[in-house]
Amino acid sequence: MNKRDRPERVLPPDLYYNEEEAAKYTMNSHIVSIQTDMSERAVELLVLPEDKTCMLLDIGCGSGISGSVISSSGHQWIGLDISRPMLMLCKDDEDFEGDLIHKDMGTGLPFRPGVFDGCISISAIQWLCHANTSSEIPSRRLHRFFQSLYSCLSRGARAVFQFYPEDDRQTEMIMSMAQKAGFDGGLVVDYPHSAKAKKIYLVLMTGGMQKLPSALTGEEVDEKRQAECTQRRNFVVDRKQNKRAAKGSKAWITQKVEAAKKRGRDFTESKYSGRKRKARF
Amino acid sequence: MKLLTHNFLSSRFLKNVATGYPLLLRVNEKELREVEFDQDFVQNIMPKVDYNCLVSTLMAIGEQGALPNELPENWRENEELLKELHRVLVKIEVIVGELECPESGRVFPIKDGIPNMLCQEDEC
Repeated sequence: MNKRDRPERVLPPDLYYNEEEAAKYTMNSHIVSIQTDMSERAVELLVLPEDKTCMLLDIGCGSGISGSVISSSGHQWIGLDISRPMLMLCKDDEDFEGDLIHKDMGTGLPFRPGVFDGCISISAIQWLCHANTSSEIPSRRLHRFFQSLYSCLSRGARAVFQFYPEDDRQTEMIMSMAQKAGFDGGLVVDYPHSAKAKKIYLVLMTGGMQKLPSALTGEEVDEKRQAECTQRRNFVVDRKQNKRAAKGSKAWITQKVEAAKKRGRDFTESKYSGRKRKARF
Repeated sequence: MKLLTHNFLSSRFLKNVATGYPLLLRVNEKELREVEFDQDFVQNIMPKVDYNCLVSTLMAIGEQGALPNELPENWRENEELLKELHRVLVKIEVIVGELECPESGRVFPIKDGIPNMLCQEDEC
């Protein structure tokens, strides 16, 4: 994408996504299908427990494309967005099941600690890398955002951000701010070799206990901690093992026949096939 | 806005506000939405809900109904109670109203069911 074409460079998000632009965004089936795919991938990367309804946060929920993916995977969500026209579109959708808040993520999230089981954000966080007024400092806004996100997630929860970084510096800034707020994690890059299909996900983890080790009961089999065999290892190298039979030889014909039989073709076996011929003058 | 969302909301992002919880809710217009009862969801979400805040908010907007002041020990088995909790958490929708920060007194309006929590850069 050309630098000039990036929406972040045109206007701040609350002004860029006006009624017209919001409607365009939602009507475009190409955008909708890409957003749906990315949302599905993001939910997959959250690794949520399968049998539980989780409470998720959707940052930059827009017109609710990612939200409907969350709903259809059986979870509940609360969405945040800075563009009111986008939120109104989301609200008017018949299948809408979440809840919405009009908020700029750069000013901190408005939640008490530990309430969400996960967070996804599709194509939103790169907006934080731009200052729209002289009082906005991108690094400070990112830091504030990640800090408030860290506190409102429950321990062990993950946050997945799909985003379009403009260059490596942006990625670095976002990641260092997330790290400063206490997150672990890193980038997952899908289809890295394709310019078009390449998608970047920042997967952040709040750490904590991932899985409790099982308690001791006294019935455990005493695991051996050392290898029994301390001899020098001998390697068996048989180079002939995988060698194919020479073309035209009897072994080769038998192989071919066996393979054809396996595929269900009919063969009358003959003792003459592949037999050596007498030398003739 | 659902009351479940209100239960999670806090104004701690504001400068010089320590907890900012619970936000005072004033309702001018509300409606009851039809949502299918989901027992698992209520059982899962209740440990995260601040019950005292929920009851005091319900009292303030006149919707307490049959909810007891304290959450009984056996609430997980009590289907009547779970249904009532589901009603107040998910079905009641605040359409027009406002939220007020208990510490700074800052007011956030609710319009078309969407609370406006925007603030200036120097407020946070």
